[in-house]
Amino acid sequence: MIVLEDVEMQYDNGTKAVRGITLTIQDGEFVFLVGPSGAGKSSLIKLFTGEAMPTFGRVSINGYSITGVKDPLIPYMRRTLGVVFQDFRLIETKTIWQNLDFVMRAAGAGSQEIQQRIPYVLSLVELESKMDCYPSELSGGEQQRAAVARALINRPETIIADEPTGNLDPDRSLDLMRLLLKINQMGSTVVVVTHERDLVNRFGKRVVTLDEGAVIRDGVGRYVGGRSRRA
Amino acid sequence: MWGGVPVVLRKNFGYFFHEGLFNIFRHRAMSLASAGITAMCLLLMGTFTFIALHIDLNLSVLEASDEILAFIDDTYSLEQALNLENILNQVPHVISTRFITREEALENFIQAHPNEELFQDLEPKIFRDRYAIRVDNPANLSDTADYLNTITGIADINIHEEFTSGILTLRRAATILCSILTGVLFVSSLFIISNTIRLTTFDRREEIAVMRIVGATNGFIRWPFVFEGFLIGLCGALTGFALQTGAYIIAVSWIAKSDQMRVFELIPFQEVWLPTAGIFLAIGLLTGIGGSLFGIRRFLDY
Repeated sequence: MIVLEDVEMQYDNGTKAVRGITLTIQDGEFVFLVGPSGAGKSSLIKLFTGEAMPTFGRVSINGYSITGVKDPLIPYMRRTLGVVFQDFRLIETKTIWQNLDFVMRAAGAGSQEIQQRIPYVLSLVELESKMDCYPSELSGGEQQRAAVARALINRPETIIADEPTGNLDPDRSLDLMRLLLKINQMGSTVVVVTHERDLVNRFGKRVVTLDEGAVIRDGVGRYVGGRSRRA
Repeated sequence: MWGGVPVVLRKNFGYFFHEGLFNIFRHRAMSLASAGITAMCLLLMGTFTFIALHIDLNLSVLEASDEILAFIDDTYSLEQALNLENILNQVPHVISTRFITREEALENFIQAHPNEELFQDLEPKIFRDRYAIRVDNPANLSDTADYLNTITGIADINIHEEFTSGILTLRRAATILCSILTGVLFVSSLFIISNTIRLTTFDRREEIAVMRIVGATNGFIRWPFVFEGFLIGLCGALTGFALQTGAYIIAVSWIAKSDQMRVFELIPFQEVWLPTAGIFLAIGLLTGIGGSLFGIRRFLDY
């Protein structure tokens, strides 16, 4: 579960990226986080992953409270998350197997568990034949599926996908969204940050719309888009 | 911790070592640069230190070769002259005395001037019997000479005090200068080596960011870099030592063959190889591991 209570976040240059957001995402939900550029979506994701700290309010991620800047529990909080980035961010000098192996070892998994889990997760994303390839040897769609596999490998409670279809063509984008839906059906909470209206409107899931750092709409429905007039 | 070893290290020792080793090959250009810089800095510092050591050694030899010559009264017989030895050995600061007959003095004189035909036909009687007296410290030369002058049977004293004090001053100045330069070279080498290794972590800052976002602890991220720094430092130290050994042997061989340089005292490499290897290893490992730790530190804020 993700809980934000009256959260504000201000950068060092004085820009208020998040203004008084109160938001709860329950376990097992599928949520689209949408809004125009500069709405605060990326800043919200940084709060979720612990890369940024709130300047006011409370942030709780899967039972971990994000407090001080040097909280030693943050790595453990991050293990309850699986993050998928727009630019994939696979480690270029490691094969797909090694990318997943690293994540499992970092979480304390043993060799036997690693040997069993990696082939299974790669089969979920249909990349079993690519486990010994380096990221540069894969297509964009394959790299993104590898990134999804890395996000899934430690059985996270929540998957956060930040513009996951940004570098994919429409067909691959749709395939990826279906994969994320499948993951959601398996029990993980899924939060997808996107500005692709067509994708959002296709799936009929909860849509949280941001604008100028605040939530302006929250509910199941369509992504209307454009700057809204706030009351 | 388990037995003083962090749990994460104990559990993943093989993995970290393997990752450290493979990172060296994955980023071979930077690894080669780091090890190369380490080796060159150690070679430079080692060479300079050896030069300083040899300067000090040869200056001390120069000091030690200077003796007091105490000339015996011409009226003394050989037996009387030999009897003075016990008295001279009792003089404060005297560590050894050696009796030189007039015949020996003539022979030494002729050998010192081989090209002077005039000196070849000299007779021993123009020389006096004498004692070559060594003192414990060149600083005591003057006082000892004054004391010797009071002994009956000693007609004259000959010391090169100005030369000796000049040698002393030169040696002190050389020691201070060499110490300062060696210190500066040492600090510079540490700085250059550790900065080069820090560049390898800067080069991989995005990789480190990904490791953090997937939930790796600082320790888990840090250990492969520690092993990498250790291995780079070790390679640099071993290479530097090999180069230093080669350079030293070549230099000694050249000096021994040179007519002009042969007079220099040389320290056999067998006497210095062990401390040299130890120092090279210590500096190589310190800078390798330290450079990695400092380099990665700034990327490990949560």
